[in-house]
Amino acid sequence: MLLDVLIVDDSAAIRKILQRVLRQAEVPLGQIYEAGDGLEALKTLGSQRVDLVLADINMPNMDGLQLLNQIKTSEKWKHLPVIMVTTEGGESKVMSAAKLGAAGYVRKPFSAEQFRETVDGIFASPGGGETR
Amino acid sequence: MKTLDYRKVSDAVRSATREVFSMMIGLEVEPEAAYEEKNSTGTVDGVVALIGLAGQWVGGGILQCDVPLARKLYSSLLMTECDVANDGVNEEVLDAVAEIANMIIGNVKNEVERDLGTIGMGIPSVVFGRNFTTRNAGTNWIVNPFVCDGGHLWVKFCLAPPASTGGGAAELLGRESIRAKHHVTA
Repeated sequence: MLLDVLIVDDSAAIRKILQRVLRQAEVPLGQIYEAGDGLEALKTLGSQRVDLVLADINMPNMDGLQLLNQIKTSEKWKHLPVIMVTTEGGESKVMSAAKLGAAGYVRKPFSAEQFRETVDGIFASPGGGETR
Repeated sequence: MKTLDYRKVSDAVRSATREVFSMMIGLEVEPEAAYEEKNSTGTVDGVVALIGLAGQWVGGGILQCDVPLARKLYSSLLMTECDVANDGVNEEVLDAVAEIANMIIGNVKNEVERDLGTIGMGIPSVVFGRNFTTRNAGTNWIVNPFVCDGGHLWVKFCLAPPASTGGGAAELLGRESIRAKHHVTA
């Protein structure tokens, strides 16, 4: 069971670090796709099969909450799990993400262990995500 | 009336900086005595990442470091060598410094907004140059210096009620060529 993961962050450094941390967390990875903002992410989702999305919140063009809303209101992608990975730890942002249907919320800075627990929790739960 | 507790802000800056450095970079930081800064900071050589803050209070956060430390931060964060010759920096180094600033300032913002209400955070801008001056506009900045791996790092933070800031957090005055990179990082 390999997970194809889409990492959405406008920092190339964070996209690289997230790939490393997912490997350190022993998440079974298939393809990894990268996007620099929500609009790029939607393009990738339109052309690739993705099992899990990691998305920052503060991004230009389309932010992470807008992206989450687009995913969760789409018939095609509404069951796709999205983990928000962000410095935004304020209650309002966390609540907004939860209301929109985020599957998890990881605050920067983060550890591999946090990802292991979050990803395990999503895919262990009934209907947490469809995987190959 | 709500007020900004400078000691609390300094504690939050130190805590956030230590956490980011230990969890993400794997380097120790040693804090030095914090101070308040107004007007010009004197000449700067190195990398400066700026992030605007706006909401019920407005202001900004700055992370400033010398070039060797910026290169070291990049190498440690990404676990790779910095392949820019001599004492230079490239877009990847600036991106790494911007992201470190984003994590530190973001976590300080999360802490202070418990007292001051919701504050929005902008996207970092990064400046690299030699012999330039940063000038603060309107309000004092709380400066927390750190020593890290033989280099120097400064984390600066300011917040004020909207009417008292003069509308800006900092101005950058170039004396020689300044290469400014407006990053789309957060």
